[in-house]
Amino acid sequence: MAPAKRLRGPMSPAKRLRGPMSPAKRLREALPLVPFLVFVGIFLIIPTVTVIVSAFYRDGQFSLQRLGLLFSGTALAALWKSVVLSATTAGIGAVFGAVLSWLVVNSSPTSPLRRVVLSLCSVLAQFGGVALAFAFLATIGLNGVLTIWVRERFGFDLAGAGWLYSLRGLILVYTYFQIPLMVIVFTPALEGLRAEWREAAVSLGASRWQYWREVGFPLLTPAFLGSALLLFANAFAAYATAAALVSQGSPIVPLLIRAALTSEVVLGQSGFAYALALEMVVVVALVMIAYNLLVRRTSRWLQ
Amino acid sequence: MISSRLRGRIGRGLLLALFAAFFLFPLYAMADFSTRNLIQGGRTLQAWMNLVQNEMLYRAIIVSLLLAVFTVVLMLVLLVPTMIWVRLRAPWGRRLVEFLCLLPLTIPALVIVVGLRNVYLWVVYFFGESALTLTFVYTVLVLPFAYRSLDAALSAIDLKTLAEAARSLGAGWTTTILRVVVPNIWSGILSAAFISIAVVLGEYTIASLSGYQNLQVVIVAIGKTDGPTSVAASLATLVFGFMLLLVLSLVTRGRRPGGASIASTAAQKGRP
Repeated sequence: MAPAKRLRGPMSPAKRLRGPMSPAKRLREALPLVPFLVFVGIFLIIPTVTVIVSAFYRDGQFSLQRLGLLFSGTALAALWKSVVLSATTAGIGAVFGAVLSWLVVNSSPTSPLRRVVLSLCSVLAQFGGVALAFAFLATIGLNGVLTIWVRERFGFDLAGAGWLYSLRGLILVYTYFQIPLMVIVFTPALEGLRAEWREAAVSLGASRWQYWREVGFPLLTPAFLGSALLLFANAFAAYATAAALVSQGSPIVPLLIRAALTSEVVLGQSGFAYALALEMVVVVALVMIAYNLLVRRTSRWLQ
Repeated sequence: MISSRLRGRIGRGLLLALFAAFFLFPLYAMADFSTRNLIQGGRTLQAWMNLVQNEMLYRAIIVSLLLAVFTVVLMLVLLVPTMIWVRLRAPWGRRLVEFLCLLPLTIPALVIVVGLRNVYLWVVYFFGESALTLTFVYTVLVLPFAYRSLDAALSAIDLKTLAEAARSLGAGWTTTILRVVVPNIWSGILSAAFISIAVVLGEYTIASLSGYQNLQVVIVAIGKTDGPTSVAASLATLVFGFMLLLVLSLVTRGRRPGGASIASTAAQKGRP
């Protein structure tokens, strides 16, 4: 925030130029921004607007038919499963991720443990995608390492009935990137808890548990809930892992979008993908707005 | 007192061990699975050799690496001058640029690809049918990460004084940016580049749904018949990404470790 304020200070170019600012000058100021704006306009704004408009228009006519498809049994079932998947993994991820980041914060900022954990978390949380699906296929798939080991030792089939490809399997695999994401987004908040606050509490006679109950947890609650929302949005929009794992059927919204995109003719519902994509944007945007409100509360004392 | 502290240490160590088991076992399983000889038993490195011997996979690796390079270049060319300019001369555009850069966090890649068809008709018209045209969308995907890294680096220097000094000594804008500002934000450029490379190498959603063959698409395709090779390639990308980010956290020592710079993308929108 600070640099933004500095730029708006008394000596900032904006102030100096305000008043008798000629259109030519303004144009010259704006010109270098054109390549960036045009690029983002073409490759981000146009696709998004296309999705929104196409969800409401059909053959140039305003129509709610495509949106109506969202209330079909298939779409509602997929939405419900997506919500269950996202909420469950956000909950699990938030709780375990918070514990792990507490463990990480306890080590010094330059310790190898911390570097390794944070780097590994970044990789798993942001770039895993397809690789995570294969990680679990190699572990508890039909011929997975753990599956074979357990079968030989205990005669029990871990991969039984292919549950890895069902909603329960997705929940397990998603926690593998949700916990790391929680570590990444929650660690800064935990670091923001100053040692002085605990010292103050302790010097006033608080026990460790009292400090956490009266000071630590209340301060961290907005950040915790905000992070959990971010995890929800992340799981709701995730595609690669599920697509690599589940090659047939479309139990969740992202996979239903795939089905609608790749087999429109078969479904006979052209444009269904647009409506589903709009649904996804709306859900994610609402969650992200709530997240931003919560984060704003946290950033007040985090600075 | 001592015993309770000791108990705390043991408890923390135990918890860490549990987390390590959950996160490292699947990675170990990948290594084990990819070196297993399914036919004769024992061990083989065939799956790993396939990374270069399998024609389709090898070509996909090259495509993804090229995409990573092109994306980094395009991202830097677009973003660095723009971000410097809004800080120096057009502060009214700063919020807008930030908003646009962080927008891909709210608009999932899946949504972009659904709305991309018309745009890509034109792209194919101008640039031909090539997987490398994915560079354009990928540049959008990496914007939030790149923006945060560069923003942090730019906030850490006194950009205005630097630029004014250079300008008053007679440097043009190109010289000012390339020879004065860029050397001072090197760590930010490096972290923006590394994170972008990791994103591009792991990208599957857009490539698969627009019918191009990049590394991840081919990994999934091969996985239907040759599991070990896919697992080997997956592990290779994970390890490569991990190394990139670990090196990054060592290079930017004391400023912002790789993890934190990604964290800032998602978590600390309001912080410098």
